[in-house]
This record gives sequence, C-alpha cells and structure tokens, in this order.
Amino acid sequence: MSGYEGTALSIRGLYKVFADDHGDGLRLAEGGASKEAVQEQTGAVVGLRDINIEIATGELFVVMGLSGCGKSTLVRCINRLIEPSVGQVWLNGREITAMNEDELREVRRHDLAMVFQHFGLMPHRSVLDNVALPLEVGGVAKTERRERAGEALELVGLADWLDSMPNQLSGGMKQRVGLARGLAMETPVLLMDEPFSALDPVIRRDLQDELLALQESVQKTIVFITHDLNEAVRVGDRIAIMRDGAVVQLGAPNEVVLNPADSFVREFTQDVRLHGMVTAASIMDSSAEALAVETEDRYVVLEDAVLDELVPAGLSATQPLQVVNRAGALVGVIPLERLARAMVSDEAAVAATSEGEEVA
Amino acid sequence: MTTRPLPRSASRQLLTEIMSGRIQLPASAWWMAPLAILVVGLLFVLAYFLVADEFPFDVGRDVGHRIDVWLDWLEDNLSPLFQAIKDVIVWFLISLEDMMLWLTWPAMIGAIALTSWLLVSFRMALFSACSLLLLATFGLWESTVETLALIIVTVTLSIMIAVPMGVWASQSDRLDAILRPILDGMQTMPSFVYLVPAIAFFSLGNTPAVLATLIYAVPPAVRLTNLGIRQLPAETLEAADSFGMTRSQMLLKVKIPLAIPTIMAGVNQTTLMALSMVVIASLVGAGGLGLDVNRALGRIEPGNGFLAGLGIVFVAIIIDRVTQALTKRQQTALGSD
Repeated sequence: MSGYEGTALSIRGLYKVFADDHGDGLRLAEGGASKEAVQEQTGAVVGLRDINIEIATGELFVVMGLSGCGKSTLVRCINRLIEPSVGQVWLNGREITAMNEDELREVRRHDLAMVFQHFGLMPHRSVLDNVALPLEVGGVAKTERRERAGEALELVGLADWLDSMPNQLSGGMKQRVGLARGLAMETPVLLMDEPFSALDPVIRRDLQDELLALQESVQKTIVFITHDLNEAVRVGDRIAIMRDGAVVQLGAPNEVVLNPADSFVREFTQDVRLHGMVTAASIMDSSAEALAVETEDRYVVLEDAVLDELVPAGLSATQPLQVVNRAGALVGVIPLERLARAMVSDEAAVAATSEGEEVA
Repeated sequence: MTTRPLPRSASRQLLTEIMSGRIQLPASAWWMAPLAILVVGLLFVLAYFLVADEFPFDVGRDVGHRIDVWLDWLEDNLSPLFQAIKDVIVWFLISLEDMMLWLTWPAMIGAIALTSWLLVSFRMALFSACSLLLLATFGLWESTVETLALIIVTVTLSIMIAVPMGVWASQSDRLDAILRPILDGMQTMPSFVYLVPAIAFFSLGNTPAVLATLIYAVPPAVRLTNLGIRQLPAETLEAADSFGMTRSQMLLKVKIPLAIPTIMAGVNQTTLMALSMVVIASLVGAGGLGLDVNRALGRIEPGNGFLAGLGIVFVAIIIDRVTQALTKRQQTALGSD
C-alpha cells in the first residue's frame, strides 16, 4: 500500500524504565548504558529505549520481537495504560503524553481502541453487550450503541451470536468479539497487542486474512504487536523489530526479511518462508556489465515476480533471465546460479541478496 | 511532598490523600520502627500520669475502669440513638417473624423445599422438607422461624455494612492495612466481652444479639469482597481501562459484577457465622432455637437440647447449600476465561 496522507501516530524519544524511583536508571539508559548495566547499578529495568516511530494514517504497522523485548510496553505507552518515563506520543497533532486524566479518557474513548491477546472480554456481559460496553462508557445512547455493536459483530461474522455469553465461544470467536469491540468504537487508531497469538494456527491464519480484508474497507491506522515474523510479514505494511527495548530495524517486510540489519534479525528471518518474499527485483543483477551481456533465449520476467514464479522460467532457461519493469524496460538480469541459490535455501537467498553484510 | 497551601481541613485532606495512596508514607524508612516504639512508650508514660495514682502502677484496673465510665457516658447520652436502632431492628424482626408465621408452616416448608429444588437439587428439596417437617413435629417451628428471622436480619445488615466496606478496602491499600487487624480483632475477641455492653445499650432481647452477631459475622464478608475485587484478572481490568472508564464506571460496570461469586461466598460465610452465634445470642435474650438449647441445658434436659441443636444444624445445612448453589451459579455464569 502506498500514498499515506499523513502521520497519524508519532512516537518521539520514548523511554520507559520500570522500578526507577529516583530516575537514576533513566539517566543511565539515556546515556546509553546497556539494560544489564542499568539493572546492576540501580535495580531499574529498562523497558523502552529511545523509540522514534512515525506511523502513517491508514498504515498497518507491525511491532515484532521476542517476549520481554518491550513491544507490549510500547503499545501500552501509546494509550498510556503504561506511563512512559520520558518522550512524547502524538496522535493526529495532539500530544497524548501531555494530556491530563480527563483528556486522556476522552482520547481512549474516541481515538484509540485496543484489542488484547487474551481478549479482555467481560464474562458477565453478552457478546453484544461486550461490544457495546466501550460505547456505553463513551456515552452513546442505548439504541445507537446496540446498532453499532451489531454491525461490528456482523463484520466479523458473529451476527448469530449476539446473545451468547463469552464463555460459550471458542478462542477464535472470542477474539472476533474483541476485534468487533475495537471496530465498533470507530476510532481512527486500533492498537492490537498480540491479538492472534493465543489462537491455533489455522484460526490465526483465518483471522489474519479477515483483518486484511477488513483493513481494505475500514483503512484504520493499526499498530499490531506480534512475536511471529510470519504473521508480521503477512499483515504488515511496515515492520519494526525490537530487542531489549529498542527498535533494531524498521522497514517494509521484504526489506526486513531480505536485508536483516544484524544477526539478531537474521535469526528471525530464517524461519520465514522466503519464496513468496523474494522477488525478481530483489535477486537480480542490475549492474551495467550484466545488462550489457547479450542473451539468446528470451526468458523475460517481471521485476515483482516472486521466486515461485521464477522457478519454471529458470528450469527451461539456459541463459540469465531478463527482468523487466511494468513498462517493459530491461532493469536487470538474474544469473541462473543466483536463482538456484535462492531456491535451494532461504539462508543462501538471504546471503546472495545482502551483499557485503557479514554472516554471523 | 506538596507545596500547595494547605486547605482549611488540612489534616483531613492529608488523611484522604494518604488513604487514596496519592501520598506514600515512607513505610520502609529505617527510623519507622524505633519511632513507633518511642511513641508507644510515650503514650504509656502519659497514660500512667493520667490514670494511675501511685507507683508501681497497676494501670490495667484503672484503664478498664475508664472504659466503663466512658461506656456509661455513652449509655447516658446516646440512649435516643440506641433506642432508635433498637426500634428499627425489632420492627424488622417482628415483621419478618409475623409474615413467616402468617404463611403457616406447610406453605413455608413448601416454599423452602421449592427453592432448594430450583437452586440445588431434588435431593436437597427432599432433605429441606423432611428436616423442617421434623422440626415442626417436635414443636420447634416457632423457634425455627424466630431463628430464621434473626439470621435474615443479621445477615442483611452484615452485607449492607460489609460489602461497601470491602469494596472501599479493595480500592485503598492503606484502608486495607488498617482494616485487617480490626477485622481480626472482631473475629477473635470473645463475644461475651461485647455482649455485656450491648445489653447495657440495648437491654436484654434480640437487638444486642443481632449487633453482637454482626460484629462476629461482618469480617468474612468484608475480606471476601475485598479479595474478590483485588484478584480480578489484570487483562480484563486493563481492557476496561483502555475504553476510558472512570473509577466509578470501573467499579460498577466491571469490578463488582465480576466479584459477585466471591462476594456470594462471603455471604455464605457470614450466614454460617451468624448461625454459630445463635446459642450465645440467647444468653442476652434472643429467642429461637438458641434459647431452646439454652433452656434445655439449664433444666438439665439434654434430650431437648439435642433436638433444638439438631434444628440449628438443619437450618445451617439448608442455608449453606442454597447460598452455595447461588455462588456456583454465578461462577458458571461468569465462567473462567
């Protein structure tokens, strides 16, 4: 997706240090001390370190990292369920971090919806009343909130379950309710904290697809937290990878997968199936010498063709494949041995495309 | 801590701030313990000069005497208040009793059996019907009704006091810390100790019995209400917080409804505690099965005492099973997420 109209969320110089009564831990962290050093010297725990992220309106932004890396802390600092130690969070030109309790409450009611890993449903309320609860809190009249809640539940395919109680639903259905609750609030921004992590793989995939389909129509700004790079790559417009409270890499999914910033990110990317990720453009040789070489057979591929589409051409070709852009102009060539390497293993594909980067 | 000018009721303000946890007392400061010992020591010295006349002092007697004087003063000066409390309690007791007696025993037994059936099981209904019929044939029906009325009034009052108290304690760690030893004291203080002043205030009868029972029966409901609210799953509360709920919305729409099963367990405990006080309460003039036990023992008729005791057991079992079933019903309705 492209053409964002503007920045919806802006996170600037955000730090969170836990158990830091006197601010010593924060000062050390700001001075660049490592998490271990800070903990050893002050007992404080660095949760977030100098986070700077701009999230565009309508973007589905994924924050990815292992448990304990600070991703859940980050998303909670946006709606201040966790109070940041220092730094700013801006939402459409308003600074959330500067708001008083009343203003913050209004923002939570009207601008920031949140979906939780373990759903956070109210077991004493029916499905419909769960979805309507945030609207009730926000002062929406009864008939209107029931109507909006019903519509949201219809969107997630639970129109027949309005009067059921949450404990009658499966995990996947519960999270649909959670999602409907977030959607019914009709906020510009949706925060999703590992929304699908507690679900089994098949349901997870279904819900990812549904989220993407929904996103096509609602075009919300979504901050999506996950520990699963496959999920991140599937749903994200951009991905930020976090470690020890800091963002170690930020970029489009294929950038992150194909050009891991360091060995830590690479370790994640090894588990991702690359065939759908590697494009002709990402493995082609576009140097002037390569383009100058005359080829006899004309196996032409589009620059955004993925590896799976390149393989048939590669099998019958004897010369490098020619890569053209949409306009038909030659933009590069793929030597066959390079294609073969990309096919053989993900590891090799990454190595072939991240030139000059040392392999850990 | 704050540089704001202190308002008129500065100490009150300070107290509420401390209670709400906005001002944290340095509870872990090293000098707190020595300071506390010093303060207590000073109080003792002060008490000595105020109360004792000679050295070495046996202050105990004098302190006890002062308490008596103070109680006398209360009795003399607040008697209209005590009378009003007494009137209300007696009115409720008598109305309830009259209503149940007016309904006659077959109707009452039928109603209780039906309730047991609907809430618990057919077997429980059978047990309720048989045991109550047995009591009726023993000539203990009026006593049973009187005891039931006493329990209902006491438990209702207990809940009215305990649930708000428990809710408040759940919102303030400081209040919780203050309340804890007080509740312990209420539960372990021998009941005769407060039965006697209760007689002084309310004279013999059901009222001192109700109030003495109250002191004993309130603590478990306070504790369980407090606990029920404190142990709610963090993510549910976080979700509620993320909607922009106010503190009171949070309490009324989320915390209290979710804590209902635990609060109900507290009601169950309170009821059984109240029943266990029935015999003691009869010593200050409460009627009912407790009085029957008491009277039988006074006349050295252990057989009759046993029958009345059995009546208390039956009532206890019925109330326990029914309130437990109510609790369980709430629990399954909420389910475990």
